[in-house]
Amino acid sequence: MKNKDVNFEDILGRYLSITVDDEVFRIYAEEAGEGIPLICLHTAGSDSRQFRHMLNDKEFTKKYRVIAFDLPWHGKSNPPEGYHLKEYKLTTDLYKKIIMSFCKAYKVDNPVIMGCSMGGRVVLHLALEQSKFFRAVIALEGSDKLEAYYDLDWLHRPDVHGGEIQAAFVSSQIAPQSPVNYRHETLWHYMQGGPGVFKGDLYFYWHDGDFEDRSSLIDTNLCPVYLLSGEYDCSCTPERTKATAQRIKGSKATIIPGTGHFPMSENPELFKTYIQPVLEEISKL
Amino acid sequence: MQSINNWITRVNSNKRLVHRGRWINLTFTFGIDDHDFLIKINNGVITSIKKRTVLTQSGTFRIHGKSEAWEKHWLKIPPKDYHDIFAMLAKKIIVIDGNLIPLMQNLQYFKDIIISNGASDF
Repeated sequence: MKNKDVNFEDILGRYLSITVDDEVFRIYAEEAGEGIPLICLHTAGSDSRQFRHMLNDKEFTKKYRVIAFDLPWHGKSNPPEGYHLKEYKLTTDLYKKIIMSFCKAYKVDNPVIMGCSMGGRVVLHLALEQSKFFRAVIALEGSDKLEAYYDLDWLHRPDVHGGEIQAAFVSSQIAPQSPVNYRHETLWHYMQGGPGVFKGDLYFYWHDGDFEDRSSLIDTNLCPVYLLSGEYDCSCTPERTKATAQRIKGSKATIIPGTGHFPMSENPELFKTYIQPVLEEISKL
Repeated sequence: MQSINNWITRVNSNKRLVHRGRWINLTFTFGIDDHDFLIKINNGVITSIKKRTVLTQSGTFRIHGKSEAWEKHWLKIPPKDYHDIFAMLAKKIIVIDGNLIPLMQNLQYFKDIIISNGASDF
């Protein structure tokens, strides 16, 4: 059988290594398309599969080189050697360094960066600190401050199944209108996370990554900021997104009705109608 | 809200749901306003839902909310903040207490049996 007889998707995956603070991380990345680089950051406890719909959509990839990578400890990216000797905790500093090291290793020029949830938080840090490097940032389900509403220890203990509790927790963040197949695909990613990884990510998302004291310093003339959040997101609620947008002068916030915390994976068709105009606008900047 | 008999039937006729709860043998307390109900589960099957008549009758854990909140939860398309018991918990619309270990060990099962009392297909 020849390749032309196979219905391959447009996505191509590859591995690369980056070094951060003398540790080597083997990273898995997927990409499709040509044009303006668009770096996509997945949510806490999940991986880059969340962006498969964008990667496979020619309406995006005809103008954008869409790139999604798995953070270390996630998906097909390994944790560093010696991971078994210490507890995983994602700090703001490590998260930013991994992203910048990845971008430099991938040799992307003036990319747009779009992250969801904890990815939506870290892009706000980058809008302030890397405003010359990034063309624009898009924070999906992003805010500069959140409050924990459950005890993280439930996520990693021997008498509770980590994959099942993670999926059961985040199912509360998916809208009831979202297509059932995409709901369960989104949850499946959570069922596959490594032990303690979602908990370690939430250390950044709920604690270390707080940014409300500095978000007002972002200059959107240097780096435009777009915030999009789902109506049904009970974690990064619409109210929190709007409060963040008020602190970031010149940012543009949109609440997407009828979706939740994972718009790109729980309801990709609906999400497309909201993200396409944003990407179109950015392409003309 | 379904009648209690309909609620039990909706759960027990859902073979996949019962299978997921096959390790569960306990009674939990489900509160609506001033009324508590004791929901007894054997191997994932609801064997009885009875009104709590004296305080010494108690479940392993308790989930409690106002009737207006549960009515919204049980709509075909619940409004935001009412669509999931953990969304309701995040907004402090309901209260959960007691021994939470069996709840957390089977969280999606308990979410699904509670929403089974409504119009949603979940």
